[in-house]
Amino acid sequence: MGEKRPRSFYVLAAFFAAYVLFLYGPMIAIYILSFQGPDGGLTFPMNGVSLVWFSKLFAGTGIVDIGAAFKRSLKLGLVVMVLTVIISVSAGMAFRKSFRGASFLFYVAIASLIMPSIITSLGIALEFRLLDDFAIQHGVEGWTTAMGLFTSGLGAHLTWTLPFGLLIMFAIFNRFDGRLEEAARDLGATPWQTFRHVVLPIILPSVVGIGLFGFTLSWDELARSSQAIGSVNTLPLELQGLTTTVTKPDIYALGTLTSAVSFLVIFLALIVILVLQARQRRHGSDAGKGLV
Amino acid sequence: MVQDRKSFVAWLQSVPMLLVFASFFLLPMLLVTIVSAWDYNEYEMIPAFSLRGYTDTFEGCIAGLPDLCTILKTYLNTLKLCLLTWSLTLLIGFTVAYFLAFHVRSKTWQIVLTLLCTIPFWTSNVIRMIAWIPLLGRNGLVNKGLLGTGLVQHPVEWLLYSEFSVVLALVHLFTFFMVVPIFNSLIRIDKRLIEAAYDAGASGWQTLVNVVIPLAKPGIVIGSIFVITIVMGDFVTIGVMGGGQIASAGKIIETRLNALQFPAAAANAVILLGVTIMIIAALTRVVDIRKEL
Repeated sequence: MGEKRPRSFYVLAAFFAAYVLFLYGPMIAIYILSFQGPDGGLTFPMNGVSLVWFSKLFAGTGIVDIGAAFKRSLKLGLVVMVLTVIISVSAGMAFRKSFRGASFLFYVAIASLIMPSIITSLGIALEFRLLDDFAIQHGVEGWTTAMGLFTSGLGAHLTWTLPFGLLIMFAIFNRFDGRLEEAARDLGATPWQTFRHVVLPIILPSVVGIGLFGFTLSWDELARSSQAIGSVNTLPLELQGLTTTVTKPDIYALGTLTSAVSFLVIFLALIVILVLQARQRRHGSDAGKGLV
Repeated sequence: MVQDRKSFVAWLQSVPMLLVFASFFLLPMLLVTIVSAWDYNEYEMIPAFSLRGYTDTFEGCIAGLPDLCTILKTYLNTLKLCLLTWSLTLLIGFTVAYFLAFHVRSKTWQIVLTLLCTIPFWTSNVIRMIAWIPLLGRNGLVNKGLLGTGLVQHPVEWLLYSEFSVVLALVHLFTFFMVVPIFNSLIRIDKRLIEAAYDAGASGWQTLVNVVIPLAKPGIVIGSIFVITIVMGDFVTIGVMGGGQIASAGKIIETRLNALQFPAAAANAVILLGVTIMIIAALTRVVDIRKEL
């Protein structure tokens, strides 16, 4: 420290600042514009300041039933979050030992991650359509469709969130000291006790991170849901539909509200992660303290 | 025995993930491949072998020569958008990652700045697209600024709902996918190698080209694969930012699906996948060849 910075530092720092401005600038513009006055339009200048467009959203007048889409997306996001955490942690633990098909599962996860979303979406839509056709042909009583938010929609979201969850688990266990588990085992802990009292507390901050990815990726997911969600829409799909029809700032108000949820979740997750890490530091190691 | 039991437990732990991928990824991909070779009419698919999905897609391609048919034009255009987005995200992503990895010295700042780049990734893509409208529209800030300074007499029309805005939005949305893997590669570079290059008399530029970039190659390739697959299959960004005027490989599939022509959509998906895999294969090969030299 204290050493003089080279000139390239200032050039690159300016570049980085410009990049951050590029990332956030446009978003901030619509957050400001969502507080347009009642006569305001889609662009600057601000024509007064008001909450008119937000109250319009909540009143449910004007555009489609946003409240319902909001609740649907929230519910789906929470389910995706919980499943992503459980399935990823479980699979992450599996990858620490060797099992048949480990590399196969890994490559499938990567393929699912980089597969163009429209193809995954098409595949799931096709799968459910064929299932429906089959069920109807074979006279299943009262069958209409198996497609829906918590069947095909949930599956589509998991193909997107699980690869991220698995990669985060890999990152965690790359830095994990396996001797801790051996020590627990030597002290007579069962595998479950080892996981519950040794492994889980250590990886918990990153597991919260997996939850954060699970929720936010699902909350904002659009391309994979587009064909595979069935008759009802999630919030991002409603938003996309609105881009072509809306000429009033309601769409910005909706955008601001949607982002507010994202930011709230990010904020909460980061707080929890920081608290957990602080607690780990406090209780973490008693090395060098001698025998108590 | 113990070993067997351990690996059985591990297998059990991996089953939930395997089941999800089997039912929502592998089986759907298999069905896409099978249905792409089915027949269809205006309103339903017919489970009989037919290559109509493919022949319809390439209709007029040979008869129309030397003019390019719609499908080839669309793919060329998608490739062009892809190439533009790729080069811009690579340039910006590498520079940002380089700054984060080599110039930010304290760990805390590194985490804070990385988070700053990551947070938009956790917010909605559609909102990040809409966000350009008040800036680039006919009466947007950019046009007002240009008119105000007298640089132009009439509002610039190509700022929004054009290929320009599509590429801008794609770069805006997906540079993150370059930053993370490249940062990951850069952070692992042994700093002593750079010192050694410096001691041996290499200039900053020479160090970058001969030491840093070759060592960052895995990150560059991973980032490139992300960006290329996303852009090749994109239909949302192109739809919203292109104002419905620009065709792309992903949009063809969407259009076919909206017309309920599943076999045709599936045939297009297979073609898209084939092209994407070829690009990825070429990319990894180019990198490997350079490694050999």
